[in-house]
Amino acid sequence: MKKTEHLICFLKVFKRGTMDMEDYILEMNDITKEFPGVKALDTVNFKVKRGEIHCLVGENGAGKSTLMKVLSGVYPHGTYSGSIVLNGVEQHFSNIADSEKAGIAIIYQELALIPELTVYENIYFGHEIMSGKTINWNQTIINAQKVLKQVGSSANPVAKVKEYGVGTQQLIEIAKALSKNVKLLILDEPTAALTEADSENLLNLLRELKKQGVSCIMISHKLKEIISIADTITTLRDGKTICSMDAKERRISESEIIKYMVGREIDNVYPPREKHEYGDVSFEVKDWTVFDPAAGREILHNVSLNVRKGEIVGIAGLMGAGRTEFALSVFGNPQNYKIEGRLLVNGKEKNYRHPEKAIRDGLAYVTEDRKGNGLVLIKDIKENITMANLKAICSNGIINQNEEVRVANGYLKSINIKAPSVDQIVGNLSGGNQQKVSIAKSLFIGPHTLILDEPTRGIDVGAKYEIYTIMNQLVEAGMSIIMISSELLEILGMSDRVYVMSEGKITGEIKTEDATEEIIMGMATVG
Amino acid sequence: MNLFAEAKSLVKKNIRDYGMYIALGVIIIIFTLGTDGNFISSRNISNWINQTGYIAVLAVGMTLILIIRHIDISVGYLCGFIGAFSAILMTQAHFPAWLTILASLALGLCIGMFEGFLVAQVGVPSFVVTLAGMLVFRGLLMLVTQGTGTIIVPDDAYNAIGNGFIPEITKIGGYNFLTLLVGVLAIIGLVFSQVKNRNNQIRYHFEVLSMPMFIIKLAFISAIIGYVVYILAGFKGISWTLVIVAAVVAIYNFALNKTPFGRHVYGVGGNAQAAQLSGVNVKKITFMVFSSMGVLAALAGILFTARSKSATTTAGTAFEMDAIAAAYVGGVSADGGIGKVTGTIVGAFVMSSLTNGMNLMGVDISFQYIIKGAILVLAVVFDITTRKNKKAA
Repeated sequence: MKKTEHLICFLKVFKRGTMDMEDYILEMNDITKEFPGVKALDTVNFKVKRGEIHCLVGENGAGKSTLMKVLSGVYPHGTYSGSIVLNGVEQHFSNIADSEKAGIAIIYQELALIPELTVYENIYFGHEIMSGKTINWNQTIINAQKVLKQVGSSANPVAKVKEYGVGTQQLIEIAKALSKNVKLLILDEPTAALTEADSENLLNLLRELKKQGVSCIMISHKLKEIISIADTITTLRDGKTICSMDAKERRISESEIIKYMVGREIDNVYPPREKHEYGDVSFEVKDWTVFDPAAGREILHNVSLNVRKGEIVGIAGLMGAGRTEFALSVFGNPQNYKIEGRLLVNGKEKNYRHPEKAIRDGLAYVTEDRKGNGLVLIKDIKENITMANLKAICSNGIINQNEEVRVANGYLKSINIKAPSVDQIVGNLSGGNQQKVSIAKSLFIGPHTLILDEPTRGIDVGAKYEIYTIMNQLVEAGMSIIMISSELLEILGMSDRVYVMSEGKITGEIKTEDATEEIIMGMATVG
Repeated sequence: MNLFAEAKSLVKKNIRDYGMYIALGVIIIIFTLGTDGNFISSRNISNWINQTGYIAVLAVGMTLILIIRHIDISVGYLCGFIGAFSAILMTQAHFPAWLTILASLALGLCIGMFEGFLVAQVGVPSFVVTLAGMLVFRGLLMLVTQGTGTIIVPDDAYNAIGNGFIPEITKIGGYNFLTLLVGVLAIIGLVFSQVKNRNNQIRYHFEVLSMPMFIIKLAFISAIIGYVVYILAGFKGISWTLVIVAAVVAIYNFALNKTPFGRHVYGVGGNAQAAQLSGVNVKKITFMVFSSMGVLAALAGILFTARSKSATTTAGTAFEMDAIAAAYVGGVSADGGIGKVTGTIVGAFVMSSLTNGMNLMGVDISFQYIIKGAILVLAVVFDITTRKNKKAA
């Protein structure tokens, strides 16, 4: 069934390709990029017509960003195979400066402006207008005004960038790109952090730039805006081009895109779980609204969810939906968010001011970024495992180091951490084993509720299966698990119940037996 | 043969720790040869230990500061200021020695707490806080010594801390009896605790050193302790400075290795975010480490003032740099998270042995600085390269 769909899709592309020789500004042919153990891109073909808006879609990890990094020279020529042809000439970019010289500009989700510098300084940062050996600031200001006008921004060129919001900063980034005489503009999720009005404004600008002859590649998760703006939509999945659809010819539906994004054969990678009864609600939040003073915006709005004993609740959603922020906000709030709402643990209202208090209350959190904030990489396995609950191996305030080794050895066996001994430095372990150490650390707290944030990110299939097995054993023993995951299959394979989050809101709650990838992806791309 | 292989793997595994001791041994041999044995005379060894005392105490506190990725450059002049403060308490307020010492330590604690508050709670970078502290304490030192200049400390009990020795009960063949007794007790204590530890590990079914290797190791350490005590007993015995340094090292070594506080210090240094998410109160740990630094800086100030029997207007100049150098030479990682108090003490003795030995050899002071700088960099290069090797293995 699926195979025929692909065939039709390919045939359409093929047919169009041969019928009329298109004028392509960019052709990326058979791009393959490998990282140790992973094929991030597998013979990807990607062609952009001159003067079109080309949207690139795909799940997290499908290879969109990797492809754009290949294009912009972040991964230099020689580290991938395949060819990049720009304006009919094959290119060998060895760094970003090379691709910029060729007229390619990439604007990342995290803006690359320097807040303490003025708008005009930022626009011409790195390609300053010189007269002789010194910078000609007057000319810089005049030129900055011109490009700002071109992007329809009313920003004052002599004001500091930090005085403007994300929407205006986005426009300043585009102005910067235009000032470099860009021919091909790449935008990585440009509207992810924007309000609705700002997003609309940006999309209009892209249409305007198109008229001026600027070609544009846009990566986005928001299907509505893709459909409204795209001339062509290319879908990537698991590092392969699935298909390229002409969106001018006919109107593409959201469900069609979703089907190509997620459609794949499901192998049996999820261990079966014994049917068992759920207990009482162990963890619940009501009307949880969170404001992040550092970012200056609300990151969660009226979130309500609960989990029962013996239940795995999945939180699905795309990157930036606010799921990790949610976990941190309930887990002692280390980021000092401003929070409204109620948190109930085993029926009692709680207000944790520090992770220490949450841990003492039987809450455990396994972070999505085990290297960044999960483990102390320069320390050994045993010290990492006992770190969150040293009291358990202390007598009279003194650590019993023999007991510590015994505890750590226990986990080495019970959850199968592959290491020669518990004295092994954690930084030297593989990703899967590091993740197991991270989980062991949380289990040693003796939690009743475990929050797992992307529990299998970046680890191999074998270790994944083992982690799923551990999760099953835990819920069978009556623990509650909240699993945050961007992998739809994992959500469907492991959860009993699923909440879907999008832009800081819960956009759906669904029992797993009623859920499909399409339904969840639909809920996750609302807005 | 088997024993030899075990010894080899033991050294290989602990090359970073043992490297420091080997370096110190080599330096001692070089100076002994270069000074016709004067360097290891009883008088000089005793002198060397007392010279090192105040820097060693500072360096112990600095070790914790560096482990949690901060720095404290105010401790030099804090030493000087507190030394002058204690001198004034005795000469002008006529405080007895014990009360002076308590008051000085309390003042050090308060200053450390205040600096810790600024770093941990307010979030001012430690370099800035302690740079400001350095200026302020320097000014305060000049202020309190302005009228009098150098303040001579007349109190014998106070001065004994820097100059005195534990009492001599009787002499056995020209050797200080109490000192020898302390040495013997120390060796017995060491053997007992090591045997107990080994038995404990056996009870947990852990791998332990083989019996002959264990005995060799114990005998080796005992011999070193015994020899040092024997040398000291031939002069005036164990100094109060050595007692204080040993106590500080014992307390901090215990705290870092055996208590949750120590683990948390290493956790904060290794990955502060991970530590926080593991329930460690990073601010509290930072505050406590700076507070302890304040107390130790006061103690070092007392040691230095007692040793020179006076408080001068320039006391404490560049002590902080000696302390930082001692810690780095002693294997504290510049990236934080790694370091041992015992290593730092060896580092402090390495650095002071250079001063002492080169003075005996009559090396020009300008060369002394150059050589010390070179040794500091060499030590850190050794540290970094051995760590890289370990990673590759």
